[in-house]
Amino acid sequence: MPFQPIKFYQTGTFTVGNRLLNPEVRSVQSHRDRSNAINSGHRACQGCGEALGARYALDAAMEATNSQLIAANATGCLEVFSTPYPETSWQLPWMHSVFGNAAAVATGIAAALKVKGRSEVRVVAQGGDGGTTDIGFGCLSGMFERNDDVLYICYDNEAYMNTGVQRSSATPPAARTATTMPVGPHPGNVFGQGKFVPAIAMAHEIPYVATATVADLHDLEAKVKRAMEFHGARYIHIFVPCPLGWGTASNDTIRIARLAHETGLFPIFEAEHGVQVSALPIRKQLPVEEYLKPQKRFAHLFGANPEPGVIARIQQRADRNIRRYGLVQQEMVL
Amino acid sequence: MFELRIHGRGGQGVVTAAEMFSVAAFAEGRNAQAFPSFGSERTGAPVVSFCRISDRELRLREPVMEPDAIIIQDITLLHQVDVFAGLKKDGYVLLNTARSFEELGLGDLIAGRPPERLCTLSATEIALKHIGRPIPNAPLIAGFAALSGLIRLESVIKAISEKFSGKVADGNIAAATEAYNLIKTRIEEVSTHA
Amino acid sequence: MLKQIEGSRAVAEAVAMCRPEVICAYPISPQTHIVEALGSMVKSGELAPCEFINVESEFAAMSVAIGASATGARAYTATASQGLLFMSEAVYNASGLGLPIVMTVANRAVGAPINIWNDHSDAMSQRDSGWMQLFAENNQEALDLHIQAFRLAEELSLPVMVCMDGFILTHAYEQVDLPTPQQVDAYLPAFQPRQVLDPREPVSIGAMVGPEAFMEVRYLAHARHMQALERIPQLAAEFKRVFGRDTGGLVHTHRAEDAETMVVAMGSVLGTIKDTVDEMRDDGHRIGVLGITSFRPFPTDLVRAALHKARRVVVLEKSLAVGIGGILSTDVRMAMSHLPVPVHTVVAGLGGRAITRKSLHRLFREAEQDVLEPLGFLDLEWDLVNKQLARERNARRSGPAAENILRDIGTVASKIA
Repeated sequence: MPFQPIKFYQTGTFTVGNRLLNPEVRSVQSHRDRSNAINSGHRACQGCGEALGARYALDAAMEATNSQLIAANATGCLEVFSTPYPETSWQLPWMHSVFGNAAAVATGIAAALKVKGRSEVRVVAQGGDGGTTDIGFGCLSGMFERNDDVLYICYDNEAYMNTGVQRSSATPPAARTATTMPVGPHPGNVFGQGKFVPAIAMAHEIPYVATATVADLHDLEAKVKRAMEFHGARYIHIFVPCPLGWGTASNDTIRIARLAHETGLFPIFEAEHGVQVSALPIRKQLPVEEYLKPQKRFAHLFGANPEPGVIARIQQRADRNIRRYGLVQQEMVL
Repeated sequence: MFELRIHGRGGQGVVTAAEMFSVAAFAEGRNAQAFPSFGSERTGAPVVSFCRISDRELRLREPVMEPDAIIIQDITLLHQVDVFAGLKKDGYVLLNTARSFEELGLGDLIAGRPPERLCTLSATEIALKHIGRPIPNAPLIAGFAALSGLIRLESVIKAISEKFSGKVADGNIAAATEAYNLIKTRIEEVSTHA
Repeated sequence: MLKQIEGSRAVAEAVAMCRPEVICAYPISPQTHIVEALGSMVKSGELAPCEFINVESEFAAMSVAIGASATGARAYTATASQGLLFMSEAVYNASGLGLPIVMTVANRAVGAPINIWNDHSDAMSQRDSGWMQLFAENNQEALDLHIQAFRLAEELSLPVMVCMDGFILTHAYEQVDLPTPQQVDAYLPAFQPRQVLDPREPVSIGAMVGPEAFMEVRYLAHARHMQALERIPQLAAEFKRVFGRDTGGLVHTHRAEDAETMVVAMGSVLGTIKDTVDEMRDDGHRIGVLGITSFRPFPTDLVRAALHKARRVVVLEKSLAVGIGGILSTDVRMAMSHLPVPVHTVVAGLGGRAITRKSLHRLFREAEQDVLEPLGFLDLEWDLVNKQLARERNARRSGPAAENILRDIGTVASKIA
């Protein structure tokens, strides 16, 4: 059969575009027999990016592993809204221990499976940015260093959302959170170096690292499936907007995620053993204002006392990402 | 119950000395207990180890406060640590040195004590000769076995063999044997002259 | 088989015979020799199948054990002091989730000030966690308790801490009777979990439980402890049948028959106490000992039964509840409630201070003369304390307290004990 390449563009938030594709390349979510690893009925907010991301990621992982999958979950939004006692959304074996140990619990699960000769059962660890970049960082690094056979997925909504939107080390500069209020001479979060765990994961030289957003769901699913082709420590960092915490409209989640990609503020790429191997290109770079304006957490940069200087610094970070990860025209400066 | 206290510095095998002595006693069917009184690993720091031997069950856990015998592996401790604290009137003393008690300024200590229970031994030299390293613990415990008559040389050798192997074991055994015979001879000389 | 080996070695051999499947360990004095020995056995293939994981912190160690145990593997770890505190959140998590992990705690003081020597403050800090806590009197009991611990933990689905005095037991060479693997297999069957993470039968473990059910779930842990009060003596009896030894159980007494003065303690100090008491008995004193092996669950009824006929009770403990007094003695007082028997707390041996027969002889005679305070501290240098207190009264910038006291003492290395 002649090969017809199809360039697939997201035409808007409401279409998934699967009908143009052959069944094999349609998203996992479009399959009637998808596992629904996180089933409906959970208590996530309307428009929750994490719920969306987790659903896509886990169903893809279940498909890739023939449903031979166990999940360890850190404390956080995902854990809380998915297991409101006495109900659970999870259709796979799932464990929640404490806030900072998801990676270590997953290590233990993987070790037990290995010793019992059941290594065909794979292990996923999940946590939010708080549980991953802050309190869970030690365990995460330990898991990376030992190359334990665990895929760690971080759902990054850039703050401690479940406890009321407090700043984490993943909170971007200038963002409003309950502990970085838009008051005083430097409103919002400070400008630090940032703490980009995907880069730290690359520095550990683990087999596979990838970033993704909930705006490019085929890409997200593909990366999860790709991760499952490897054994050893793997890390996927998924950008998931939080309508409540960010002050965005609940139907804007996917659009906001796409803007993060198209401005360059969130670089989407893959790396293997510490070396970048791919990037999701930005077709047309957008100025960061387009991303910042729809979010109330950045409202103080506009309005009565605008902060063009701050916005310019944010733009610089976006430009730096584009250079560093080669997000435009496949240019890569390592 | 017989209580032995060994003084030395970290890295000289003070703890192993007590352990091996306890293993030797065990080999002869006696109850024995050996334990250290130091903590973090640090070469050169003063270290004390203890060994108790008894024919009854050993339940006591306190450090040896009134030793029946003291072995000093490192004489630089003499004027730094109260090494002779609690030593029984007729207690044994074995010093690792080429010098005499008097030369070391211990004349007061030995006055009034039975001379056949006080002994010096150039254990470090013996160790260097047979093992190539200045670790005097094996010759010292063998020497003490001879001095006290508490333990046979074969038991000491058995204990050394359990702890070490190959050339290291051979060297330690040779050193122990030389030390044992040296002190055995010396004691016999002292008693024939007594 | 009789052997003269280090306590840590004995424990490692016993644990190895229990066929652990996942061992995770982070080094801390004085537990290191135990996990080093086990690590060696796994690496050489002597202990297989077993995964030995070098974790990056004690918090990770307990977390790895949690994941492994939840997946149906027999999991083991060991720690002490600061390490136990560092994993505290996970310790509570393990018992709350009902995971039968066995952990050796090589009892060591908790800082500040940093101290590597023995006392019971580490285990005491976790006494309300839901873990069962067993205290070994000697190395034989230490190794035996580990075998009993796996059996107990897995039967009741609750983790067990086997406590053995750091350095005093871990680093002591003494005679132990090592069982054979056949004996251990006869006593300890394969792990059959009550809950397990398995794609064949998915479950969710670790849900949030609100006010509507938390009390009930928490009570279940207590109910299991009450079950343990029955099971522990039964398991000890069965142990005796298989191995021929009397170890474990909830409590044991020594020379208690007509004792007017009863001394209560846990752990290795019982040996020194028994020697002292035997000497006093030879002199005609009517004095006896109650050794508590199971601290959690606390054998309230048995403690009361052992002590109610005494004229006075002295609880000698290596722990201090700062701000009130004793820890063990508070539990003993509870067991003795409404009885007209005075219970005296004597805090001793903190941070590894030696507890000597000499001091015990003096202490027990003071007890017989009824001159003991309700709360006392054995061999505490009041001069040093008062000097520091005076220093603090005289100057605001009085400096770090511990360093001041050390300066007052002078060189520590010159002392024996």
